[in-house]
This record gives sequence, C-alpha cells and structure tokens, in this order.
Amino acid sequence: MRYGEIVRNGLWEQNVVFAQLLAMCPAMAVTTSGTNGLGMGLATTAVLVVANVLVSLIRHTVSSQVRIPVFVVLIATLVTVVDLVMNAWLHELYKVLGLFIALIVVNCAILGRAEAFAVKSGVLASAVDGLAMGLGFTGALTLIGLIREFLGAGTLFAQASNLLGPAFAIIEMKLAGYDGALLMILPPGGFAVLGFLLAGKQVLEKWLAGRRTSAVAPAAA
Amino acid sequence: MNLEQIREKLGYQPLLLGVVALLASAALAFASEATREAIAAAEAKDMRDSLAELLPPGFADNDLLADRIEIERDGQPLTVYRARSGGKVKGAVFRVAERGYAADIQILMAVDAEGRTLGVRVVKHAETPGLGDKIEVKKDAWIKSFDGKSLGDPAPEKWAVKKDGGIYDQFAGATITPRAVVKAVKGGLAFYASHRREILGE
Repeated sequence: MRYGEIVRNGLWEQNVVFAQLLAMCPAMAVTTSGTNGLGMGLATTAVLVVANVLVSLIRHTVSSQVRIPVFVVLIATLVTVVDLVMNAWLHELYKVLGLFIALIVVNCAILGRAEAFAVKSGVLASAVDGLAMGLGFTGALTLIGLIREFLGAGTLFAQASNLLGPAFAIIEMKLAGYDGALLMILPPGGFAVLGFLLAGKQVLEKWLAGRRTSAVAPAAA
Repeated sequence: MNLEQIREKLGYQPLLLGVVALLASAALAFASEATREAIAAAEAKDMRDSLAELLPPGFADNDLLADRIEIERDGQPLTVYRARSGGKVKGAVFRVAERGYAADIQILMAVDAEGRTLGVRVVKHAETPGLGDKIEVKKDAWIKSFDGKSLGDPAPEKWAVKKDGGIYDQFAGATITPRAVVKAVKGGLAFYASHRREILGE
C-alpha cells in the first residue's frame, strides 16, 4: 500500500470517528470544547503511533489465537507508562491531559488499528498509519468540540493556552452576548453534532462523486 | 522447525502470554520506580503552589508541608497543615470533600485562627465541563465568594445557594455542584470550630 493512500485513509476515507464510527466513548465524552478534543486527539495519536510500531515489531512472534490478550496487555502497559512519565516530567501538561490519558486504554481505535493494520504491515507503514489515523481522530474531535463549544458556550478554543502555552491565548475567542444553548454541551448535543457531521460527509461525498462522473461522461461521449 | 510451526504448538501460546505479561510487569515496575521521586516532587510542588495561592502573601513564615497534624474526622484521619507566623499558629489548611454531580469534589480550604475562610480552591472534580467546572478558579471567580466568610457570617441558614434561600450564586443549569461546594466549605468550618484548640495547639 502506498503511503499516500495510508494517509488519505487515516484522515478521510477511514477516519476513526467519521467513517469507522469507532472510539465513540472519548469522542462524545471529551468533545465539550475544541481544546479538550485537541488534547485528547494528540494524546491518542502518540499512543497510537507507538502501539502500532510495537505490534508491527512483534507481529511474527505472536500467534493469532492469543493476539488479542497480547495486544491489550501491550496497549494498557504503554498507556500506563505514558501516564507515569507525563506525570513525572511533563507535569503541567499532565494536569490538563491527565484525565484523558487513562481513557485511552479503553479506546477501541487503538486495538482496532493493531488488528486491522499493524499486525499485517511493516514497521514504517504502521507508524505512518498510526500517525494518519491519530491526526484524523484529532481533527474529528477538535471539529466536534469546536462546534459544540460554539453552540453551547459561545466560545472557541476556550482555555487553549492551558494546553498549548500562553502564546496560544490568541486563538481563544468569545462570542459577545451569547451564552450558548446548554444542550449542546450535554451528551445529546454531542450525538446531534456527530449526526449532522456524518450526514454532511455523505452529502459532500455524493456531490464529489457526482461531479467526477459528470466530468468523465463528456469525455467518454 | 521454523517459527510458523512453533507458533501453532499448544505450549507456545501460554508461554507467549506469560512472557508478554512478565515483560509488561517489568516495564511497569521500572517506569513506576523511575518516576516515583519526580511524581512525588511534582505533587509536593502542586501542593505548595496551591497553599501559596490560598494564603495571603506573607501570611505564614513556615513550611506548611512540614508542619502538619492528623485529626480524625468521621473516622478518617485528616491532615491539617498549620500556617505559623513567628511560631504562633495563624491559620490552618485542610482538605474537604463532598459528593458533586459526577464524583467527589475535592476542595482545599484555608481558615484563619478565628475561623474565617482565607481561601477555598477546588483541587479535583469530575463535574460537567462548561457547566459545573465554573467552581475552578481558572474558569470563574465564583469560588472566591467564600473568602472572609465564617460560620456566623452569613447566618447558618444562609449557608446555601440562592435557590435554597442562601447567599451563594448557583450556575445556570448546574445547582448540584455549587450546592455540594457550599456544603463542603460549611462542613470544613464546622470541623475547624470543633477542633480549633487542637489545631492551634492551645
């Protein structure tokens, strides 16, 4: 498989949230703001890359009958180590992301990529796949978070400077005179936003496909 | 015999699982050991920072983390940090907790010798982001409304959110969270009042 294709799959064609509908638990729970979505996405991306590389490295040693428990132990260990290391040496970041790290253990997207890709692919391809899937996930979570935050609280990237550093205070925005519709922050808002985004993706893909065929048709005729 | 044939043997699989579990445990033990000191230091620094934020500047001249006593509260030992100035106890800092909307809200509060709150900060909570998390000082100044309050000021029946006839604001859409914080702080002041002599070392 070409790397370009792997990247396109991760970002769009097989996007964890918008196409595979995996990892719904973090996608719904964490996306109450764009900043939270971004933080969760980046933490997941890091774990996804390392997990994919490790699984790819041991893929010939692990027999298929016991691969699931082996991968689960591997991922859980990895997440715990990341949790400890961040707590010790990146403590400020840990205070913001700490809550999300533990959630990554139950993120089925990571086991999903180990199963669907890394166990059959080389180390470099697995790393690229982990990165692309992770960034696709990050993008999806950030988008859902931004929409919910904007509709629900009238802000964009609130508290981003806590996550990214004081320099990013500039991207924090507040819509004056609008305090938001509470429902969008609550779980129903998450499902509603995801539903509309999925529908929007379908419409966009239909339209793109339609344009492609109409562009091809005259040439054929 | 190549790897593929070995892999299919029955004995290979438990052995593999065992080795993986062993390696994982070793990695965890190593990581835990390697990070223990740094984590303890980071947490002590966090504690020192929040203590410094709770107390007015120059309030205490001692290391609060080193000057602590254990007092039993509801059958659990509670650590009370004492703030001294010139050797005399001027105030106390301790943790209180109350069940919020999602889980216990952990609160650190400072009380002066007369039983007035010097400051209240939420250190840990799992309240709804965007709603209940306004109890964090980073997101809202609400938590500062406790500064200078004591058990008699406001009167005991006013120690409640406005919806319940008290003086403290609730948040739109979230009453349970501020209600729990008010209850926790009131409980903390009552705890201080009943152990005042012990804490002051009189």
